[in-house]
This record gives sequence, structure tokens and C-alpha cells, in this order.
Amino acid sequence: MITLYHFLGVAAVLFVLGVLGIFLNRRNVILILMAIELILLAVNINLVAFSAFLGDLVGQVMAMFVLTVAAAEAAIGLAILVIFFRRRGSIAVDDVNRMHG
Amino acid sequence: MIALLSFYLFATVMLASAVCVIFSRNPVHSVLWLILAFFNAAGLMLLVGAEFIAMLLVIVYVGAVAVLFLFVVMMLDIDFAELRSGFSRNLPFGIIIAIILFAEMFFAVRAWQAGPVLSAASAPEATQPNIVALGQVLYSRFLYPFEIAGLILLVAMIGAIVLTHRSRGDVRGQKISKQVDRRPEDAIKLENPTVGEGMKL
Repeated sequence: MITLYHFLGVAAVLFVLGVLGIFLNRRNVILILMAIELILLAVNINLVAFSAFLGDLVGQVMAMFVLTVAAAEAAIGLAILVIFFRRRGSIAVDDVNRMHG
Repeated sequence: MIALLSFYLFATVMLASAVCVIFSRNPVHSVLWLILAFFNAAGLMLLVGAEFIAMLLVIVYVGAVAVLFLFVVMMLDIDFAELRSGFSRNLPFGIIIAIILFAEMFFAVRAWQAGPVLSAASAPEATQPNIVALGQVLYSRFLYPFEIAGLILLVAMIGAIVLTHRSRGDVRGQKISKQVDRRPEDAIKLENPTVGEGMKL
């Protein structure tokens, strides 16, 4: 018998793994973007699980919007990464302080 | 029973591949593990009857986002070993943060479970197909957010193209205005050379 708490637990573990990925690979932007995708996937699992178990479709609609934003974010992030690599020849993010903003 | 078994299968494989995404030494392997994680997440969503979101996850994530990642990882010539230098230094701190975060979420879920808001213990049976129901909600109540989502995708597409486009000086591009301006009088010259003289160009 699958309950809502199974899904909440799995999504919580996945979310924590995504956050851990950001902490561990602090210098590698590509892996940070992948960890963000994992976090958004955890959010999506939560949305879909609540939507199914509470009998309300709005959660699935919101999951679609999260999916849209995740795709757009990945495209823009990778584009920025490509031009950054073209300028600097490296993607180490802890020396992205050229603009001193 | 079979549902519970497949839930545990999907969940275990998904979490294991998420761990591999983070800890893998080669980013290409990370992307491939990410694809496996997305497939299993789609399986999890199928279990609760969200077929459309599951298929969307496979199409959008595996078909577009993961392939985009794969392209970028393989296209850029990056020294990934050098980028991993802070890995073991950040490990204890990251583990502490992760444990705190997980404990917070665990207690939040337990508190919510103890509260009065929970309605259904298991997923209610659907009366109509998931995609039909979703379409009826999406094109009526959520029409404007849906259109805005399309606009976001358009902006992201244009932004990505503008960001990565570079104009190279050594390319001879087509100048349409010059082509349209060209008249027969300028382009054609009639000569009538005498025999044996040849002609000067």
C-alpha cells in the first residue's frame, strides 16, 4: 500500500541530495546546474504526489510550470556557461569576480 | 503488492542514481545517471496516475535538457579533475547541512501527519483519463499562466541564442539589400570587339 508519506520521504531525500551536490561541487557549474535539476525534480515529485493523493489536479498543472521554468533555466544557464568558458577558458566559479559586483 | 514493490524499485534506483550524479568523477557519467534518475522519477509518477507529467518528464528532461547538458559537457574542453579540488574539503560541512535539512523536512512531515488536514490515505480512482482532466483544467482556469509559460520558453530560447551567438569577421554573409539594389545596367556590359583584337576587361 503506497501512501503519501512514501513519496514525501523519497522527495525529501532527493532534495537533500541536490543540496548536498551544490555544496560538494562548488567549483563546477555544470554539476551545480544538474543538482538544481535534481532539486526541481524533488519538488515535482512532491507536487504530483500531493495532487494525486488529495484528488486535486492543480498540483500537476503546477508541476508542468515548474518543468517549464526548469527547462528555460537549464538553457539560459548553459548558454551563460558557454560564453563564460569562451572568455575565460575555464568554468571554475569561485573566481567569477571579474565584475566585482 | 506489485505497486509497492515497483515503488521501492523506482525510488531506490532514482536515489542511487542521484547519489551517482553528485559523486561521479566524470561529468558525462553524471549526465547519464541524471537521465536514469529522470526515467525512474517518471516511473514514480506513473504509479500515482500522473501519466501526462511522467511522459512530459521523459520528453522534456531526457529528450531536451539532458541532451543539452551532454552537448555542453562534451563540447567544452574542461579540466574536470582540477575542478574537483575542493570536494573532500567541502564534504563534512555539506553532510552536516544535508542532515540538518533532512531532519527539518522529516519533522515537518511528521507534524503535518499529526495534524488534521490529511484527507485521503491512498490515491482516489480517476473517473476520466489523466490527460483529459489536465487539459480541461489547463485550458480554462490556467489559460493565462499557460500562455505565460510559453512566453517564458520563447524568451529563454531567444536569450540562449543571443547569448551564444557571435559574429565572426571572416565570414562572407549574404547582403540582401545589395542583391536587391543590383540593376541590369550595372551588372551587364555589352561589347562588340573587332576580329583579332581581343578585348579589355
